[in-house]
Parts: sequence; C-alpha cells; structure tokens
Amino acid sequence: MGIELKKVTKQVGAETYIYETDLSFEKDGFNILLGTTLSGKTTLMRLMAGLERPSSGEVWFEGQDVTGIPVQKRSVAMVYQQFINYPNFNVFENIASPLRVSGVSSQEIKQRVGKISDLLKLTPFLDRSPDELSGGQQQRTALARALVKNAALVLLDEPLANLDYKLREELRDELPKLFQDTGATVVYATSEPLEALMLGGRTATLHEGRVTQYGPTSQIYRAPNTLVSAQVFSDPPINTAPVEKKNDTFHLTDLINWSVPVEYANLSDGQYVIGVRPHHLTVGTATEDMVRLNGTVQIAEISGSESIIHFNVEGHTWVSESHGVHQFKVGDSVELSLDVSRCFYFHQSGELVAG
Amino acid sequence: MNKTPNPKAWLFVIPVVVLVAFNALIPLMTVVNYSVQETFGDNVFFWEGMKWFEEVLRSERFHESFLRQIAFTGMILVIEIPLGIAIALAMPRKGPWVSVCLVLMALPLLIPWNVVGAMWNIFALPDIGLLGRMINGLGIDYNFTQQPVSAWSTTVLMDVWHWTSLVVLLSYAGLSAIPDAYYQAAKIDGANAWAVFRFIQLPKMKRVLTIAILLRFMDSFMIYTEPFVLTGGGPGNTTTFLSIDLVKIALGQFDLGPAAAMSLIYFLIVLLVSWIFYTLMMRGEEN
Repeated sequence: MGIELKKVTKQVGAETYIYETDLSFEKDGFNILLGTTLSGKTTLMRLMAGLERPSSGEVWFEGQDVTGIPVQKRSVAMVYQQFINYPNFNVFENIASPLRVSGVSSQEIKQRVGKISDLLKLTPFLDRSPDELSGGQQQRTALARALVKNAALVLLDEPLANLDYKLREELRDELPKLFQDTGATVVYATSEPLEALMLGGRTATLHEGRVTQYGPTSQIYRAPNTLVSAQVFSDPPINTAPVEKKNDTFHLTDLINWSVPVEYANLSDGQYVIGVRPHHLTVGTATEDMVRLNGTVQIAEISGSESIIHFNVEGHTWVSESHGVHQFKVGDSVELSLDVSRCFYFHQSGELVAG
Repeated sequence: MNKTPNPKAWLFVIPVVVLVAFNALIPLMTVVNYSVQETFGDNVFFWEGMKWFEEVLRSERFHESFLRQIAFTGMILVIEIPLGIAIALAMPRKGPWVSVCLVLMALPLLIPWNVVGAMWNIFALPDIGLLGRMINGLGIDYNFTQQPVSAWSTTVLMDVWHWTSLVVLLSYAGLSAIPDAYYQAAKIDGANAWAVFRFIQLPKMKRVLTIAILLRFMDSFMIYTEPFVLTGGGPGNTTTFLSIDLVKIALGQFDLGPAAAMSLIYFLIVLLVSWIFYTLMMRGEEN
C-alpha cells in the first residue's frame, strides 16, 4: 500500500490546479505521472509530499490519513528538475544533511554516505562543492540525498530534464535499480512519453489538472481510453482525423476509405475520430491491408535511426515516423501507407470506441 | 598557432587609449605632477620629491580625518548591510505589493546628493526641523550644528536613509534568483528559518552582497556632498571626512602639493582595500 489520493482537489484563488482526483500508487516499481508542462504533475507531487494541503479530499499513506501532516513530519524525499544542493556544503555534507537533521550518529552517517556515494559513483568527489561538479554529478548528489534518507515516499520531479542526452540515458537505466530494494513508494514525473515507457511500472496520464487514465504503463500506451490520454502518451504527437462510418467502410475522404475491421462491426454509422501513432504511418507503397495516402512533404527531420516527416494530405497535416534514414525535400510528393489495423477509433466525445 | 603581426590592429585600440588618456591618465598625471613639486604662480615649479607625501602621512590632521573616515565607513557597513538584507527578506516575493515596495525603496536613490544633504539639514534643525524638534521634544538635548555626537548620528542616519535601499535592491535581486525548489528541499529536510537563511539564502546572495559591500565601502569612504551640505565638516572638525579635508586643503588653503599627495594616498587606499576585499570574497569562486 503506497500513497493514495482520495477525492483530492487543489484550488489557488479562482484557478483550479487539480480537479477531483482519485489515485492510488503502489509500493513496488515506478509510479509515473505523465503530462505536459502545467498539466499538474508538480502540484500533485507537492500534495503527496505534504508541501501543500489539498483544498478538499484526503491523502493517505501506507494506510494512514496524512492529510494535515506537514512535510517535516513525514518521511519524504524529493528530487527536482533543477539541481538542488546546499551551495556551501561539499558533496559529503550535502548527502549527510538529512541525516544530520535527524540526529544520526556521525559514525553511521559516514558509513551510510559512503555506501550511497559508492552506489552513485560520487566517492571521488566527496570533498568538492556542488558548483565544482558537472550537471550529472550535481543531480547524482541530489539523488544520493534522497536515497540516504531511506524515505518511505520518494518524489522525482522530472529529475532528468536538465541533463544532456547521454547522462539522461545513463541515469534512467540506473534509477529503477537504485530504488528497487529501498521499500519506498517512488513517484516519477515526466513530460516525455518515451521516458515513461522505458521506466515501466504504472503510469497516470495527466491533462489540465485531471488524471485521464491510470494503469500499467504499457497497457495505457496500447489502449488509451480517451483521445486525450493517447495525445499525452505519444511523441511525436499522435495524428487525429475525422472519419465517417458508412455501412461497412470507414471514410477518411471520399476516395480514401477502408473496410470496417470485424471488432467494430456492430458500431453504428456516423462520425468518429481516428488516432494514428506516427510510426503506423510509414513512407512507402502500401501493402494490401494498409491504406494508401498521397502527400507532399512539409517538414523532414531525422532523429537517430528514425525519419520524422510531416506531410500534407488534402489540406490536413500528418506526421509519420519511418524506420531508417529517408532524405526528402520539402514539396516532394510521397506515397504513405497507413496501418489502419493499428489505429484507435474514438467517439467524437473523445472516448475510445470499444472494439 | 601562427600569429601574423597586423599593424592595423592598433587602429582599433587607439579610440580606447585616447578616451582613457583624457578621462583618467592625464588628470591622474597632473595630480602626480603637483604631488612631487612646489607650485608657485605663473607656472613656476620646484622639484620636491617625496616631501609632500611624508608631510601628509606624518600630519596629525590627516590621521584624524583618516580615523574619522574609517569609523564612519565601518558604521555605515555595519548598519546598512544587515539592515538591507533584513528589509529584502521581509519584502514580499510576489503579488501587487512587490512593485510598490521596489518603487518605495528606489526613491531615496533618485534624489541628488546635495538635495539629500539640504533635506536632512532642514529636517534635523533643532528649532524648526521636524526631526530636531521631535528629538528635543523627547527630552534629549540634540543640536547637530553644535554637538559632535548629534552631528555624527545625523550624518550616519542620513546615509542609512539614502543608501540602504541599494543594499536592499541588490539583496532582493539575489533572493529572487533562488529557485523555489531550494525552499521546498529545505522544508522537506526540516530546516528552520535560520538554517534556510544560513545555508541557502546567504550563500546564494554571496555575489550580490560582495558587490553591495564594495559599492557601499567605496561610496561611503569617498563621501563628500551630503556631509558638506549637512554639517560642512563641523562642528569643529568632527565630521571632516577625508574628501572634505582634501577639498579644504586644495581649495581652501590652495596647498596644491600636499593636496595632490593626499589625493594619491587616498586613491591608493580605496584601491587597495577594494582589491583585498574582492580577492578575499571571491577566493574559492574560481572554477
């Protein structure tokens, strides 16, 4: 039993930061809050930490109501996007600071800090001050501070966002291992869908102060229950377009249509919205079970081994992600294949069509 | 790397050289010129070597104004720096009151120095000034034109009123630059207000405070206009600070040699103290 939010809301002045939210995070594995900037990730974390009081509702931790209990009296550690360390303490003292506050003996401090700094590869830098460290090392120090405390609740608020690519990958691999055996409930906020997928665990997608979906990360990715959840959990952004169901065909336009898959056979005729992840729209000739689109290139960018290309198809922009490096010039006409068997159908209200 | 000499490069340097020559080097050299010679009318000069420097350094009068100056600057720093930090800490961080506070703080800085002196002169007059009447009304015998203690406290109070704002604004800027996450982290660690100040705010304000102390040191060490208007250096010589004394020697007595020697000594003291202070404060800031 980890942390539970029961009908929690947060209002500041006339503005609602968090609409009524029920959420229960488990002890094992990572709990991920996925959402764009200003979606309410940080506010939720502050509510969980006890840095802020909910406007209504209750916060429960390990089976106890902790709603009014201030953060100092809880066992909480937090790591931020900015590298937060005490500026005039060296690395050792920084890591030791939470232990000093709670009055741990200096012998035990030495032993615990030593163990953690070994784990985080900080041992050679213990005498340095934070501003003599690289960004990665500064964040490791902040992580060490969170770890050494043995807090029951660890909140990681986009801890990798300010690191460069290599360091981010490295730390992302280490993070789940670091917290694996601590017995802590770990909540991790990120704005990057890929990061959520790599960390696994469970994900809650957040949009404008509401949790739109919560469950095992891969399940949410595979079966978003609303258009909004799908949009939050897609990078590059998911393509959406209105389609019309007429009898046994879906029509994107008059000419572009495909037969309704068996699982949607009972669906009533009318307007729907399809969601197509960019990697289900690829460059190249369509095979039999795919739908062919003709488009002109608007933007072409290459990200590693993937080519991300924005196309204009009859006045509508689509983003495709194809494997391999494809060189296109703006204005080229290209044939695309749309994998309709992998796309999502949503009602116009945004709900996923049960299929 | 091979460097090819390029005589044209001098063309880029010349404007700066000319500017610096006219605004610093030539005036400074004029002073050096006076300081080593006896000057008579009709541009007649006699070489005197180090005589004026020795005379100034040995003179009782210089020692007294120097000590007065040290005492004044010391008091200014001891009062204005902590007071400035305290006010900055008490100011709101956000909301409509921020701009109100900032404007109120900036006001004294906008007033010309001689006006400040004149204002305080009238404000503190024991017979018609608001402050003077009030203090006397409280039963304290106060007259800054006649009593050294009153003159000193008025001068110090005036400078505190005029310049604490500068320290406040600099400290406030330093405080505003601290990300909110630091305070949260401290809260989670269970740090109290004093610990937050000691371990987060003060270290984070170190740079701006260095600037504040340096500026307040230099300004108060060279103070002239305000005490000149307020007390004219009196009563007697009790508020005759270095620059007031210097002007008396140079323009009152027209002793150009000793005045020039004193200017150079004065200049070197300011330079030396600033350099020592800056080096000490910035030690360990390398990397």
